[in-house]
Amino acid sequence: MSLEQTEFTTDILAQDGQGTAGDYWALLKPRVMSLVVFTAIVGLLAAPGHIHPWLGFVTILCIAMGAGASGALNMWYDADIDALMTRTKTRPVPRGAILPQEALGFGLGLSALSILMLGLLVNWQSAALLAFTIFFYVVVYTIGLKRHTPQNIVIGGAAGAFPPMVAWAAVTQTVDLGSISLFLLIFMWTPPHFWALSLFREGEYAKAGIPMMPNVYGRPETRKQILIYALLCIPAVALPALTGTAGMLYAAGAGALTFAFVKQAVDVYRETEGPAPKRLFGFSIFWLFAVFALILAEKLLHIPAFAPVFG
Amino acid sequence: MIKSTPPVVPYSPEDMKRRKRRALIMAIGLALLVTIFFITTLVRLGSHVADKVM
Repeated sequence: MSLEQTEFTTDILAQDGQGTAGDYWALLKPRVMSLVVFTAIVGLLAAPGHIHPWLGFVTILCIAMGAGASGALNMWYDADIDALMTRTKTRPVPRGAILPQEALGFGLGLSALSILMLGLLVNWQSAALLAFTIFFYVVVYTIGLKRHTPQNIVIGGAAGAFPPMVAWAAVTQTVDLGSISLFLLIFMWTPPHFWALSLFREGEYAKAGIPMMPNVYGRPETRKQILIYALLCIPAVALPALTGTAGMLYAAGAGALTFAFVKQAVDVYRETEGPAPKRLFGFSIFWLFAVFALILAEKLLHIPAFAPVFG
Repeated sequence: MIKSTPPVVPYSPEDMKRRKRRALIMAIGLALLVTIFFITTLVRLGSHVADKVM
């Protein structure tokens, strides 16, 4: 009898949801959102042209809401595999604090609100890009790629690379080589970043059945792929300077940072065991932040960009 | 087999507190949304809007 009562009570209460405001905040993946907001601010300031500061603020707010909505929809769909991994099992849905249908409704509602707000208040070009970003992260990456191919984060990485383009389009109403160069910075950074993580979280991804590079092609192949993508970051990091988006400070700083980044990738390639992947993972976060911070610093200090070689 | 309607379980004081807090945050969010739309309308209309010929 007591067991029946316990189950019954849980059912009734669960229909109403037990999530606190903090649980809903966690559903937005605030740490990912902070990186999205930062890269979007850089995109907004680096774009040629002018936007009213208030409209700039609204743009960033809408991008943050869109990123949060994507996070909520990702947690709705991935609740089953999140429950299997140490890193994700305390998220609100697998923990039972928020019901899957609540996460779905919250994510869809916030997606619609962010896109409509950006379209109505700023412009529809950037709103269309934001809609595509959410679609790409949820449908293409989360539902389509993540559980089916070890190339998941290579293609899916595009979703994380769109925010500066969205912000850029809020200013210019278009997509051009300058915004594509910012996109490519994040796009090329994503594989070495996540594969470094997967090298020391390999067991967890395998347990959850996610086909990450190490548990499909093995660690040696993963280390080789990390090095290849780290080398591809060299032309990617040169592009903002070549398209007239960045100048001397960026060229010097980003060049030194990328040299260190590639060196860490070489260490991962050479060391079959040891802390190299963890070091690369930590440094990769700093690298992306610092490279974008250099572009931001140039804009704030009014350091002129190089004349565009193309674009 | 006839399924009986489950009895309504009243909210505990903790549940009520949580729900009130969520409702308050939603109310603040809606108020902010209205403010954002209002300010943006003013910004987009530009200065001296009252002087413009309709």
